[in-house]
Amino acid sequence: MSRALALKLEPYFYTAPSLLLIAAIMLVPLVTGLSYAFHDLILLDPLSGDFVGLDHFRELLDDDGFWTALRNTVVWTAVSVALQFTFGLILALLLNRPFPGRGLVQALVFLPWAVPGFLSGLTWAWLFNPVIGPLPHWLQGLGLLATPQNILSDPHLALWGPIAANVWWGIPFFAITLLAALQSIPKDIYEAAAMDGAGPLLRFRRVTLPLLAPTIAITVMLRTVWVANFAELIVVMTKGGPADATQILSSYIFTLAFQRLDFGYASAVAAVLLLLLLAYAAAVMVLRHAMTERA
Amino acid sequence: MATITLSRVSKDYGGGPVLRGIDLEIREGEFVALMGPSGCGKSTLLRLIAGLEEPSGGQIHIDGRLVNDVAPKDRDLAMVFQSYALYPHMTVRENMSFALKQRRLPPAEITQAVEAAAVKLGLTNLLERKPKALSGGQRQRVAMGRAIVRNPKAFLFDEPLSNLDARLREQMRYEIRKLHRELGATSVYVTHDQVEAMTMADRIVALNDGAIQQVGSPQDLYDTPANLFVAGFLGSPPMNFLDATLAADGALVVEGQTLARVPPPAGLAPGATVTLGLRPERLALADPAEGVAARVDVVETTGTGQVAHLAIGAQRLKLFTMDGRRLAPGEVVGMVVPPDAPLLFDPGTGTRIA
Amino acid sequence: MNKTFARVLPRVLHALALAAFVAFALFPLFWLLKVSLTPDDLMYGEGVRLWPSRVTLDHYGAVLRHSQFPLFFRNSLIVSAATGLLATAAASAAGYAFSRFRFRGKAWVVGVMLISQMFPLIIIVAPIFRLLAPLGLTNSLTGLVVVYTAFNTPFAAFLMQSFFEAIPKDLEEAAMMDGATRFQALRHVILPLTLPGLAATGGFVFTAAWSELLFSLMLNSSAAVSTFPAGLLGFVSKFSVDFGQMMAAGVLALLPVGAFFLLIQRYLVQGLTAGAVKG
Repeated sequence: MSRALALKLEPYFYTAPSLLLIAAIMLVPLVTGLSYAFHDLILLDPLSGDFVGLDHFRELLDDDGFWTALRNTVVWTAVSVALQFTFGLILALLLNRPFPGRGLVQALVFLPWAVPGFLSGLTWAWLFNPVIGPLPHWLQGLGLLATPQNILSDPHLALWGPIAANVWWGIPFFAITLLAALQSIPKDIYEAAAMDGAGPLLRFRRVTLPLLAPTIAITVMLRTVWVANFAELIVVMTKGGPADATQILSSYIFTLAFQRLDFGYASAVAAVLLLLLLAYAAAVMVLRHAMTERA
Repeated sequence: MATITLSRVSKDYGGGPVLRGIDLEIREGEFVALMGPSGCGKSTLLRLIAGLEEPSGGQIHIDGRLVNDVAPKDRDLAMVFQSYALYPHMTVRENMSFALKQRRLPPAEITQAVEAAAVKLGLTNLLERKPKALSGGQRQRVAMGRAIVRNPKAFLFDEPLSNLDARLREQMRYEIRKLHRELGATSVYVTHDQVEAMTMADRIVALNDGAIQQVGSPQDLYDTPANLFVAGFLGSPPMNFLDATLAADGALVVEGQTLARVPPPAGLAPGATVTLGLRPERLALADPAEGVAARVDVVETTGTGQVAHLAIGAQRLKLFTMDGRRLAPGEVVGMVVPPDAPLLFDPGTGTRIA
Repeated sequence: MNKTFARVLPRVLHALALAAFVAFALFPLFWLLKVSLTPDDLMYGEGVRLWPSRVTLDHYGAVLRHSQFPLFFRNSLIVSAATGLLATAAASAAGYAFSRFRFRGKAWVVGVMLISQMFPLIIIVAPIFRLLAPLGLTNSLTGLVVVYTAFNTPFAAFLMQSFFEAIPKDLEEAAMMDGATRFQALRHVILPLTLPGLAATGGFVFTAAWSELLFSLMLNSSAAVSTFPAGLLGFVSKFSVDFGQMMAAGVLALLPVGAFFLLIQRYLVQGLTAGAVKG
């Protein structure tokens, strides 16, 4: 084999193992999974499997469960990401100035990130349990609850339980990413701004935020997609209940597939979720492009 | 020791040519400098010789063997990088042994070769240190040591001194030159620094825009540059370029004054415009009554002499003088141009006419 | 007086704010530990006290001796360690290619890896089940390792790419001039310098595999091959009143990943730093 050909093939040799694995275990199943959306496929039912065209999607339009889950997905994702981001940014700013013991503090505040998702869910479910958890009593003390009840069994409040766990769990991710971006801003820009008479608040608005903006845009987008897909906390904490009040699309898919064994319909819902997420990601990229063009 | 021959070598990364039709013969034992501004393609040319990049066209021969298809490791060339590229996790000894270990030489032989090279470069006391614990100059020496310990066919240097301060750079220039004399190995040296090229090289290859502008000894390039690029690149302060008219009698007229007279070159019509090149140190001061009248603008003292920035009408030029006379800004002086000093260039193509 | 106050005040606020964050981060874990140490007879009487009047290790003893958790723990350890090794190996190769080569289709390869991080994984549970079942890879630890390796390789590859990019290209070129092939240069020069990055990536993947619940639940129904998350969840739904034992099991599940995280945390931040700066 000639050296030129060998050099051309070399990169593919390095990427092939990952690519083959991802194609076999993720992409091919993804295509298969999407094709289920057009089939009547119920597990353990030998009579199912027929092609049904767009029937599932028509069914979906009249499905209250789907619309509730869609609404919840928006609330769940928007509130979780907004709070994770806000507290993550504050934490990153706090960690960005040197102080004794910073290494230790950083390790401790980032620790929730290492906690397995299901375990975060269980822990927070226990914290909300009035028998062994302190939160209901504290919430009553603050006047937020009339009685120390478990909010996870109240259809109007239950979604806040998984959101609380999600915020706790997701702050470190934002803090790490933003801290990294903060540390890449050259110090002399701040010094120049200070020489120009800008106070701390003005420096934050005019120097820090604009320079962080690209990182913020991409991180928030990736995280939004990720959180929208993240069913584990809800499955563990409320199983979507009470009475499907806390279903988000991804947990609804889970319920459809593994409690009703209706893989065809579950795949149709999943296809809609995937489409919505792709549209969202595309919109963010277009918006970001437009903003950078203008600037 | 080797000859390196490049024929019609070109390189294109897909965004236009970086190197165009390079023909070059590097002779056995020769020290050749590839000189040019950043982006001229000199480093790419070196990397093509090394085998770290593939030529898009043309052929490269080392000792008569076509090496286009030979991996860097099989070309038996040593390279000194601008960043030194010392292996940070290895001691100096391990850095210098690495190539010999790759060749599976017996350990005793490796130790002997490394220690001999260390003596030559004054590294004996540093052999067990890691690169992190060395100064910039010491790292540079280790990079050199790693190259010479192998006794390669040729040495390739990629701006090896540009990370050193001025004093160390001068000393290393001398040491590299001395090593070259001792080892007699073919060396190709990339630099953007005309002083390095002038002081070290047997021959200079001046590159611009991916093409060779001129090849020759440093003195040749200095005295008879092929074009405006080479003329302007060598020399400090750089050559003056003036717009001049060539009269029928060979008079070079600048802003209405005759600066010098030259034998009229063939093929130039009287009254033609030329670019007149004058080296600052070839110009001499005279009384305002004699020579060409020029007004002093700014005076820089260099210690060995003075650089006077002069104005003749709307055109500006520099003059370097070592006579002790004190010049003052605003003063009008006379300037004398020796008859063999003017170089004439075609203002359109930049090629030297005479 | 006033001046000192003005100078000290920001520092005090800074420290207080950080203390609040540390407290928020640690409180749920502290509660987990506290309940796991509370004796059964005090569980309800002192349920919401910050620390019980007596502590006991009984729950840990019960979990370790009379339950299947040691088995689940072992399964999780095998799966996570194998996934960590395999995914890091595959991701290093891909990350190296991303950082060092320009090649046709690179944008597509990166795109495929990004997309694989964006869709709801639930959609592929059934197809994967159908793919693995005929191969005998359901109800098997090997099957989980294969699936987890695929899931974690893309992100790990991006992480490794940022670690490789921190190492100058000159180094492997120097090694290639010194007589090494690219692969030898990678092995002798680049990989030793990426060790912290390899550890961080491996630790990250280990943690992710240790935490995964849905696929473990779906692909493996037999207790003999259950991982810790699936086992713990099964335990919770069966004995949802034995809080002490559940939380003791939770603390045990947390130990390996917590320890891992504290060890590699610094390098992980470094890797994400490089990535973030580029993004």
